[in-house]
Amino acid sequence: MSTRRYSAFALAREALRDHLGWQRAWAKASPKPRYDVIIVGAGGHGLATAYYLGKNFGIRNVAVLEKGWLGGGNTGRNTTIIRSNYLQDPSAAIYEKSRALYETLSQELNYNVMFSPRGVMMLAQTEHEVRGYKRTAHANSIQGVTTEFISPERVKELVPIIELKGPRYPVLGALWQARGGTARHDAVAWGYARACSDMGMDIIQNCEVTGIRSEGGQVTVVETSKGEIGCGKLGLVVAGHSGVLAQKAGFRLPIESLALQALVSEPIKPCMDVVVMANTVHGYMSQSDKGEMVIGGGTDAFNNYTQRGSFHHIEETVRALVETFPMISRLKMLRQWGGIVDMTGDRSPIISKTPVDGIFVNCGWGTGGFKAIPGSGWAMAELMAKGHSPLSAAFGMERFREGRFIDESVAAGVAH
Amino acid sequence: MLILTCPCCGVTADETELAGGGEAHVRRAGPGASESEVEDYLFMRENPRGPHFERWRHAYGCGKWFLAARDTATLEVFGTYPAQTTEPPEHIRAAITERHPGWRWRDFS
Amino acid sequence: MSARLPTGGRLLDRSQPLDFTFDGKRLHGYAGDTLASALLGQGQMLLGRSFKYHQPRGLVASGAEEPNALVGLGEGAFFEPNQRATAAELHAGLTATSQNHWPSLEHDVGAVNSALTRFLPAGFYYKTFLWPRSFWKHVYEPFIRQSAGLGKPPQEADGSTYEHFHVHVDLVIVGGGISGLAAALTAGREGREVLLIEQTAHWGGRAVVDAPQIDGQSAEDWVKSALQELETMANVRMRTRTMASGLYDHGYLMAYERVSDHAPATPGPRHRLWRIRAEETRLATGALERPLSFAGNDVPGVMLASAVRDYLVNWAISPGDRTVVVTNNDDAYRTALALYRAGLAVPVIVDARPQVTGALPQAARDAGIRVEPGRAIVKVDGKKRVTGVEIGLQLGEGGAMEHIACDAVAMSGGWSPAVHLWSHCGGKLTWDEAQALFRPDASRPPRGDKGQPIASVTGTANGHLGTAAALADAGLELDVSEPAEEPMAPVWIMPQGAGPALKRKMFLDYQNDVKVSDVELAAREGYESVEHAKRYTTLGMATDQGKLSNINGLAVLSGALNAAIPATGTTTFRPPYTPISMGSIAGAARGPLFQPVRRTPIHGWHEANGATWEPVGQWRRPYAYLKGAEDRHTAVTREVQAVRNSVGLLDASTLGKIVVKGPDAGRFLDMIYTGRPSSIAVGKCRYGLICNENGFLVDDGVVARLAEDTWLCHTTTGGAEHIHAHMEDWLQCEWWDWQVYTANVTEEWAQVAVAGPKARAVLESLGGMDVSKAALPFMTWAEGELGGLPARVFRISFSGELSYEIAVPADRGMELWEALLQAGAAHGVTPYGTEAMHVLRAEKGFIMIGEETDGTIIPQDLNLGWAIAKKKEDYLGKRAQERPHMADPKRWKLVGLEADGGAVLPEGAYIMAPGENANGQRHTQGRVTSTYYSPTFGRGIAMALLIHGPDRMGEMVEVTDGQGGAITARVCDPVLYDREGERLDG
Repeated sequence: MSTRRYSAFALAREALRDHLGWQRAWAKASPKPRYDVIIVGAGGHGLATAYYLGKNFGIRNVAVLEKGWLGGGNTGRNTTIIRSNYLQDPSAAIYEKSRALYETLSQELNYNVMFSPRGVMMLAQTEHEVRGYKRTAHANSIQGVTTEFISPERVKELVPIIELKGPRYPVLGALWQARGGTARHDAVAWGYARACSDMGMDIIQNCEVTGIRSEGGQVTVVETSKGEIGCGKLGLVVAGHSGVLAQKAGFRLPIESLALQALVSEPIKPCMDVVVMANTVHGYMSQSDKGEMVIGGGTDAFNNYTQRGSFHHIEETVRALVETFPMISRLKMLRQWGGIVDMTGDRSPIISKTPVDGIFVNCGWGTGGFKAIPGSGWAMAELMAKGHSPLSAAFGMERFREGRFIDESVAAGVAH
Repeated sequence: MLILTCPCCGVTADETELAGGGEAHVRRAGPGASESEVEDYLFMRENPRGPHFERWRHAYGCGKWFLAARDTATLEVFGTYPAQTTEPPEHIRAAITERHPGWRWRDFS
Repeated sequence: MSARLPTGGRLLDRSQPLDFTFDGKRLHGYAGDTLASALLGQGQMLLGRSFKYHQPRGLVASGAEEPNALVGLGEGAFFEPNQRATAAELHAGLTATSQNHWPSLEHDVGAVNSALTRFLPAGFYYKTFLWPRSFWKHVYEPFIRQSAGLGKPPQEADGSTYEHFHVHVDLVIVGGGISGLAAALTAGREGREVLLIEQTAHWGGRAVVDAPQIDGQSAEDWVKSALQELETMANVRMRTRTMASGLYDHGYLMAYERVSDHAPATPGPRHRLWRIRAEETRLATGALERPLSFAGNDVPGVMLASAVRDYLVNWAISPGDRTVVVTNNDDAYRTALALYRAGLAVPVIVDARPQVTGALPQAARDAGIRVEPGRAIVKVDGKKRVTGVEIGLQLGEGGAMEHIACDAVAMSGGWSPAVHLWSHCGGKLTWDEAQALFRPDASRPPRGDKGQPIASVTGTANGHLGTAAALADAGLELDVSEPAEEPMAPVWIMPQGAGPALKRKMFLDYQNDVKVSDVELAAREGYESVEHAKRYTTLGMATDQGKLSNINGLAVLSGALNAAIPATGTTTFRPPYTPISMGSIAGAARGPLFQPVRRTPIHGWHEANGATWEPVGQWRRPYAYLKGAEDRHTAVTREVQAVRNSVGLLDASTLGKIVVKGPDAGRFLDMIYTGRPSSIAVGKCRYGLICNENGFLVDDGVVARLAEDTWLCHTTTGGAEHIHAHMEDWLQCEWWDWQVYTANVTEEWAQVAVAGPKARAVLESLGGMDVSKAALPFMTWAEGELGGLPARVFRISFSGELSYEIAVPADRGMELWEALLQAGAAHGVTPYGTEAMHVLRAEKGFIMIGEETDGTIIPQDLNLGWAIAKKKEDYLGKRAQERPHMADPKRWKLVGLEADGGAVLPEGAYIMAPGENANGQRHTQGRVTSTYYSPTFGRGIAMALLIHGPDRMGEMVEVTDGQGGAITARVCDPVLYDREGERLDG
């Protein structure tokens, strides 16, 4: 007998037989001739879309195609912050839906994604930021998102290693979301992949999409490095590579791909329990369960498809954080890397129908996609299954033509 | 840390001396333009994985804007040229062709 | 037990004994020791606890690759966790503490985990801790967090300083072994500008330990003469203790110099970061020895064979009395021979290869050392210390044939070139089947801006493991005498047929406790991509970044997948090569040098006179001036009243000032502004708005026409640079044929606003130019002299009062300020800050960029249609403002709000509307943009955006109170003060 379901009991049983009975987390699959739905991109968003198609709408004849290894894009490269303290209604709705789904995701997927609602704090370091975050707190209070603006003293209580006095920018307060936090990024992709596989969906890795064909304005076939695959509907969920795929399907997207920088320190014993974001000085930091300080920085100012770290962004970020948390000066940087983020004209995502019938696109999450994975998958699945989703309605790509921005940077220059 | 040569002052500068300005050769859609022309102008970008034309300003140098042809996948720079033009110069197009025969970027090839 | 031998140690200076402490114990070493060698010399083999199982761990390596021996060094503001004992040079008074244990290194409660290892395989936490839900946050996670982490966090701000160093050279050579030295000699003799860096404190790398004969002399002498020659070359710079940390895009190389870690009392920076631009980067980074995977290969006392040799030759350390050597190659025999020559016992050399015939094995046999081919270590005995090994057949399943008592094991699984820097920027690797190693593929190098290779590799790092070949690769063909080596045999698991019980004790990643069984489990569960396996097991993710474990782990994964090693692929190498301090990354830009503050000519006066600051852009502006025991609110009230009743002074020097000049300047400004600055008469001023091409309002300010072809554009404080750049962008990139110059003259001028009913009186008492209403009416400007200072005086007002803004050359700014204070003394002239300025403008209904605007507001929203030239064919943003959403009558528009009972409405509040949207969110119909207590009206005042706002005067609306409730407010005219404009016109 082999072991499928995860639990402490299963772990103990397997331990006694040298863990030889664990099944594959997801099945090996080769493409069938046709699927009802093909999702391109086995990152968190793509896998979550497939999962909710199956779970919420019973659509299970689904393939998820992945050019490389699943979860290998931004899902496995981000700094894992989860929060929903957004200003604009559509953003708050989808990120809060997402955050709420994260609360029970481990149990739902039977895979511990280690969602840790340790609290997310966004520092206000200018009067302008104070006003901006107070505005967000007011917006959240009627959006069903629990946040509050807290005093510098409370900031210090929650983050003893912080230097409140600046010296350049004093900490004047913070927007605090107690139920924000972090999760284990790889586990989110792996957990969804396992659940999709359990529903009979095919997850096909090392399968690159080389072309997209349509007939009479309706998508019909996806050409891949593993042959042609027919489909009824097609979801493109490939973040920074969205523009390249859209071009293959014959339309354009208001997307630019930039490199975003991140780094971790060596692991140390716990010294910071919450996530801190400091937007005035452009840096954010949390401590992982391993003990590493996980630090996010800025984006390059130019289009970039390399996933490499560049030094000067890290330099700027570390300077800012050394000012904010002086003790980190004597920690060491262990590793730095870059991810390719897909930015839209208003820095908010696109979850949308496209000019080609049957093709849907989900992209543009910029620097903030990880936290949105469950909500984004939920909304995308609904849009693909029913043609409409209240959660995605505002994120259609027609908004750029109309001049209807969902601009989150307005309150306090907050990036995602 | 990219290095680019400013065609105005001739200095070969680190990226930290420069400011990126997004895609080059975007045609302005002013009064009278259609909704879709305005959308193209403001939002639609080529964003290719490969040869690309982009704007840079020698912000902490001579202050001049210039244009660059650069590969977004390898970061190879095919050349830089003054901003006062509506299309990339022939020698830069040739340099791209040498590396990427048959390349195409909007109306240029 | 390890011990110091009475003689030997090529790096030791026995004439200089040094005291240090380890976990509070006072110990002794010598100058030239590393902390690692000194501890071994004192018999301290147990140095730390592993990450997950808290297994006892000792030294494995002698250099940067050491995974186990991490300690905290220093105290207080000079404490640093996670330092490798192998890279810490001993100095007098060094304080080291071991890590990751409680209560002590010897007795660690966390080691209970190690009894449970079989219940805690790779990824166990993904499979459990699922219920009950709240337990993850409150029980499981805190437990995991406490037992994870390594060193303690520093408690104090850093007491050291750091700096950056920018260099440009022809050639930078990374690595000061013989290949690096040879490359430096070759290039130096050619006259090239060379920088040679070495991460340790010593030159010569492995050769000086392994001692081949080079060019007729010992390796040691050859290195000495090479150094002598290099030191005579003015074009060659050399640095030890300098580690190349990362190779970045377009060939940017970073190097990390540990300037004074070895001598903390030295003045100057602790670390120096070298930022190197080189024509060419040559990597002579050598190779790292690989461990062998046998059960118990993590027991303290099991070390790399090369490390045993290093400790013996460099520091006269005996790792134990009886050392078993286990290998799959000839090189490890050097260790056996070195131990033999030092008079130490080597009971057996266990060689996994079926036949052993080379010159080095022969030398060992000649020395009487027992050599056992085709054999494996089946298991190591001992817990905190090796007590013996069980020997069996390499091709067997683990049956022990013999027990051999020993207290140390020297292992060698072959060598892996250090290819990290090559790979950082995209260089590709090729699998060398014969030597079982990845080496750089010269045909696929990392490439630079011109597509050229940005790095080359030399010597051992290039896969040339022999001395002669390595030197030749670096450009020197020299006679080398060293024993020929027979081929190694790849051995990834020892013994080959080991079962689960043994594999569970074969460690791949020592620090993260990843074993052969974990990697096999990952493969079995479908984590087949090398990246999946790495992330699932955490192999190679510890602070050594997998220097010892990557290749072994990859090979085990390949074995489990039945695939060739190169087909399985490698993980990506990320900078830095070894961890570098955050302090060094930040460099000197700390404290006052972190984003230096821009200062107006009057800044010092503000500082000396009670200014409480508000950061605005790169400036700091006085928010208010606190007098005596005043708080901010009281001060602001006093300042506002002073302006309304008498006269106030505002340092407006930070406001942007851009001169636009040229035959086409008017035409240009008509495009930049929504209005028509070209129609302003010389000597006149006009308020103007600037939008971006999306139609959004981005800046505002007064434009003055200085001359027929010259305008002066005032911008907001934060907007000066941005607007100047915006103008230049359009001039250079769109209208390059227009003849216009722009100049940002913000810092050329000091500017002071003199506002209040007594403003004119103050100016008149200064004496000079005519500032009467007739000579200088509202919205005009004039140039002249005031109180003996050359001045431009603008009759403009942001307060609603009679107001002048006086601009003088920046170096006269302080004079002007003091003259105004003196002249105004009779009227109680009062300096006021930004908050009073905000209140004054809000009372008057003036909008403020950044308050009423947020990047999504168009002028029409703010009822500023009057500032748009309707008949103008074009301006930036005009077309965008015609888009459907921009022209929508439902856009929120500017109004005033008055709360019930005169309360001050909360900042950022929303105006609610009935019902909820499809996502269950309460509808909104507007929001508060500015809200203040108005001293003038003695109650709260607010500006807001509201749907159909201007048509709803007098209506009551519900505003969020932030606590889930609502405050009632009445819609009113946003202009409350002096609606007729008599005062500012006065």
